[in-house]
Amino acid sequence: MAETVIYAMYDDDDVLKNGAKKLVSKGVKISEVFSPFPIHGIDPIIGVKQTRLGIMAFIYGLIGLTLATYGMRFFMIDDWPMNIGGKPSFSYMENMLAFIPITFEFTVLCAAHGMAITYLIVNKTLPGMPAQNPDPRTTDDKFVMEVRLSENTAFSASDLEVMLKDTGVIELDQKEI
Amino acid sequence: MHKEAAIREPLILGHKTYHDITEDVCRPIEDKAPKTWYILFGIALIIGLYGVGCILYLLGTGVGVWGLNKTIGWAWDITNFVWWVGIGHAGTLISAVLLLFRQKWRMAINRSAEAMTIFAVFMAGLFPLIHMGRLWLGYWVLPLPNQFGSLWVNFNSPLLWDVFAISTYLSVSLVFWYIGLIPDFATIRDRAKKPVSKKMYSMLSFGWSGRAKHWNRFELVSLVLAGLATPLVFSVHSIVSFDFATSVIPGWHTTIFPPYFVAGAVFSGFAMVQTLLLVMRKAMGLEAYIHTKHVEYMNIVIMVTGSIVGTAYITELFISWYSGVEYEGYAFFNRATGPYWWAYAAMMTCNVVSPQLMWFRKLRRSLLFTFIISIVVNIGMWFERYVIIVTSLHRDYLPSSWSMHFPTHIDIGVYVGTIGLFFTFFLLFARFFPVLALNEIKSILKSSGESYKNAPDTHHVNHAEHAVKDEHTIAPEPTTPDASSDHSDTGEDHDETNDETTNS
Repeated sequence: MAETVIYAMYDDDDVLKNGAKKLVSKGVKISEVFSPFPIHGIDPIIGVKQTRLGIMAFIYGLIGLTLATYGMRFFMIDDWPMNIGGKPSFSYMENMLAFIPITFEFTVLCAAHGMAITYLIVNKTLPGMPAQNPDPRTTDDKFVMEVRLSENTAFSASDLEVMLKDTGVIELDQKEI
Repeated sequence: MHKEAAIREPLILGHKTYHDITEDVCRPIEDKAPKTWYILFGIALIIGLYGVGCILYLLGTGVGVWGLNKTIGWAWDITNFVWWVGIGHAGTLISAVLLLFRQKWRMAINRSAEAMTIFAVFMAGLFPLIHMGRLWLGYWVLPLPNQFGSLWVNFNSPLLWDVFAISTYLSVSLVFWYIGLIPDFATIRDRAKKPVSKKMYSMLSFGWSGRAKHWNRFELVSLVLAGLATPLVFSVHSIVSFDFATSVIPGWHTTIFPPYFVAGAVFSGFAMVQTLLLVMRKAMGLEAYIHTKHVEYMNIVIMVTGSIVGTAYITELFISWYSGVEYEGYAFFNRATGPYWWAYAAMMTCNVVSPQLMWFRKLRRSLLFTFIISIVVNIGMWFERYVIIVTSLHRDYLPSSWSMHFPTHIDIGVYVGTIGLFFTFFLLFARFFPVLALNEIKSILKSSGESYKNAPDTHHVNHAEHAVKDEHTIAPEPTTPDASSDHSDTGEDHDETNDETTNS
């Protein structure tokens, strides 16, 4: 189904932020903002929730920690206990201090890579993906606000345009997608 | 918005707009490379290829082509390894530790410092691999199921810890660096005109679009990666120092090694960043972003870490006497007065004396002086590792086996070759990658940019209007090289002559 989308372009992040505040207070739903750098404070205004990637990183870290602990226990204690300088090799606990560096490194390895891979997948930013920003200038110095008509049934397209023009846009574009 | 004290020097000089930042950073990538780039690249590549030749000869003949003997079984190889790993510490320190401390000046230098880190760790990793003699069996260091009984690698050994530490460090740094690069590649992609470069940069940018949600995730991922990388930075060089500290060789088994190595690593890493950036900012016209204040901040880090290193040297000397262990005492006495006194003297002068000169404001703000000191420091740090390794080994417990180490031309060739390869990689990076973190620089323009910083403190909207006005007045100004060099010249004059900020 074709959908009408209005792209409002700004040339300043603060103008966009104040405009978004005004629009949201009037009940307009802003579906997306494209910007060349993170605009601090825009997320609560347009209703973007704080990401949960941090929790994922913690879980990946725990997985790494567990794998490293069990791995080293298996390699060094169960499978092939080595006598190194007569140091005890009968139980994991007796030998644990020597395993701490690798446990730490492996935890970091899993947490960092797990989170990075999850980040790329949930963003759908992967090699070969097409760019989706509505205007190439949004990665340079322009900021674009996307308003969908289907999400703002209370307003007509011309209403929205009038309201948007009020917020200091520099360009207004309407597209059917 | 966060407001900075007016007395603080602006981090971005001149009256830049967001678009100017994009132009300044992308221009060197989009323009034809200058002739000097080709000359430097050619020289670096020839030296690098000579190094590769030496490595191939070594692999074909055996490690015997190095100047090692039965007393000195470790010399230039491990010296170079530790030296390169140390240099590789500045990048992640700048991007991770300074991110956690919210230091905005890091944003001008983190990208290239991280690139430097990654290339330096590549060079470091080469040495243990070629020291194995059979490079193609390098994967044996990993705990893989094998056919030799179920014989596993020794997890009690610091050498194996090193394998995990270095590979984790390299791969996490690479990921951290690349995640920051993705949005900047998107900027280049959207500006690219030629089909080939358009294609290349769209591949590299992974389809980044700059959605609000993506930026939200981006910031959190950067923060968490920084949090993970910070202990990682400190752990890596600590583990490298365990290679020595857990041994029984007098001069090596000292508990002071981990902090002392980490400080030394940061010291040499920042010196290398200075060497590279002082040239890069000039060659690529980035004087407005990397200016005297950034150099001064880095010099302060060099001074602090240099002082820690100096304290460690003196502590080591004192403890070797105070411990009452005659072997330990002799190891240090021999270092300072034995046949390698010149290496010890070089280390002491370069690492202890030279950073102390940074106490003088005039000196630490002098770009030429900084450049010289940065090279001196890296020479000194190479000698530090050489002193620790060779002088502790060359006179062992049995005087009949006392010996000296003389490097062969292969030793020298491999070492110089890695420097060549390092510069080859770095020059390629400077040519094709955005050398400043575009998105981060843009995000601090309003709080630390010269023209915004000292604008009257009014409501945000006025700020914004000011920006719009600014752009109108500045945008028509052409972005030809002449105009931009004018810009940066005024910027430099300004920051060398006085501290007062010119109001827009």
